Amino acid sequence: MGIWRNKDDSSGQISQSDIILATERLSRMVGCLTLVNDITVELHKRELVAVVGPSGSGKSSFLRLLNRLDEPTSGTVYFEGLDYRQIPPRELRRRVGIVTQRAFLFPGSVAENIAFGPRQRGEDLAVEEIDRLLLQVGLPGFSDRNVANLSGGEAQRVSLARALANSPAVLLLDEPTSALDQEAKLGIELLIEKIMRQSQLTCVLVTHDVEQAARLADRVMILEAGRIRRVGRAEEVFHA
Amino acid sequence: MLSMVFKDQLQLGLAQAAVAAMAALVVALLARRRGIHLETDTMVALLRGAVQIVAVGSVLVILLRGPRWTGVFFLAAMILAAGATSRKRAKGVPGAFKISTYAIASGAGSVIAIMTWLGVIDTAITTLIPVGSMLIANAMNTNGLTLNRFRADVLAHTGEIEAALALGAAPKQSVAPYSQASVEGSLIPAIDSLRSLGIVWIPGLMAGMLLSGASPFYAAIYQFVILAMLFAASGLTSLVSTVLIRSHAFSPAEQLIVRPGLAIG
Repeated sequence: MGIWRNKDDSSGQISQSDIILATERLSRMVGCLTLVNDITVELHKRELVAVVGPSGSGKSSFLRLLNRLDEPTSGTVYFEGLDYRQIPPRELRRRVGIVTQRAFLFPGSVAENIAFGPRQRGEDLAVEEIDRLLLQVGLPGFSDRNVANLSGGEAQRVSLARALANSPAVLLLDEPTSALDQEAKLGIELLIEKIMRQSQLTCVLVTHDVEQAARLADRVMILEAGRIRRVGRAEEVFHA
Repeated sequence: MLSMVFKDQLQLGLAQAAVAAMAALVVALLARRRGIHLETDTMVALLRGAVQIVAVGSVLVILLRGPRWTGVFFLAAMILAAGATSRKRAKGVPGAFKISTYAIASGAGSVIAIMTWLGVIDTAITTLIPVGSMLIANAMNTNGLTLNRFRADVLAHTGEIEAALALGAAPKQSVAPYSQASVEGSLIPAIDSLRSLGIVWIPGLMAGMLLSGASPFYAAIYQFVILAMLFAASGLTSLVSTVLIRSHAFSPAEQLIVRPGLAIG
């Protein structure tokens, strides 16, 4: 496995206990089409890795394999050192959350959406906790709003709060700003940085926006035809 | 008008069938002018229907003289045929034939069995086969509507379903709104038939009973019995169908496998 050094890690040494997610020869084929091809990477706690590449390069397919929304054809993923096939899928997805390009909110109120994840485990999210999450994503007082009346940026923030309500260890972000205008996009970027700091999160960000990757990522992985073309620090990767 | 030309009953029947088929074809051609292409389906369905009903009529002549238990085999064959017809409404759903056959057998089969045991349906083949076929045919239609609606809703709401799965929802929970809508939608014809009984719709069976000398009051009550059984059979079929299709729509690792396309971005 290739070791990625954290940009804040001056020693250059990474302990195995620092690895939260690792893929081992991860591949996915559909029919004769190879979407993800033999990807082996490690992801460390509290880092943001951007996955960039042209359209059809397998970025989203790779991301969907990380929380097992799709099944690998070969290879596997280790979450906290455990082969994820040994983890019940619902538990894995709670710990490895995802925010997609479109928010896909459920009909109803903002509070109902945020409480959705914990409710699946029979937990009722306290009103104070919903308010805290809304404050964290910059939407104080939005609890009773109907999701049908939200702007694109607001819906994406609610989607983020909904994922955070599950207290994930890893957050997968699939082009979370590509459907937003410039102002909303920068707002979400700031929010991602803030939340990563506050919640000690590890993030994998899929984006086609190279500048966004350079702004946000500790490391960048460039995919081409489902394979890793280049991987490393943003400045190294983009100026190689 | 036709009865003045054709004196023989068989010839009259064939002429009536030809005129009715022409009406159906004219409608298909009218639809074609609006860009709706039904002509091939209509032709095939008309031909199939005509051949099948004539074949069944011939078999019935033999069956009606046979022992009562032979009716069970006839009904089982009908259920299999209904399953094969209904599965086409769930293209892309793995195990659609099995889902359809089990659902129709559970819905129509159990209602026929219980009602025959209780004496609501007479065990005479002359009653069991026509009433049973009505229940199976309605269960087939309901199953087709259920599968079609469920599949369409799941394909249209893949994002919402996968968002629910990604938040730790069980597959059953992630498709709950679409399962409910499928059952409700598929039962609209059965509910409307019950609502409009005697006002908009007087089923053919009632006319048959009257012709065979039954009391008009009993014939009317029995129509209600039939429609209530139709509703029970359809409802049960739809409920079983959604449970079965739901289990086939997800992999063992709780991944949605009925999806419109691939994520290759």
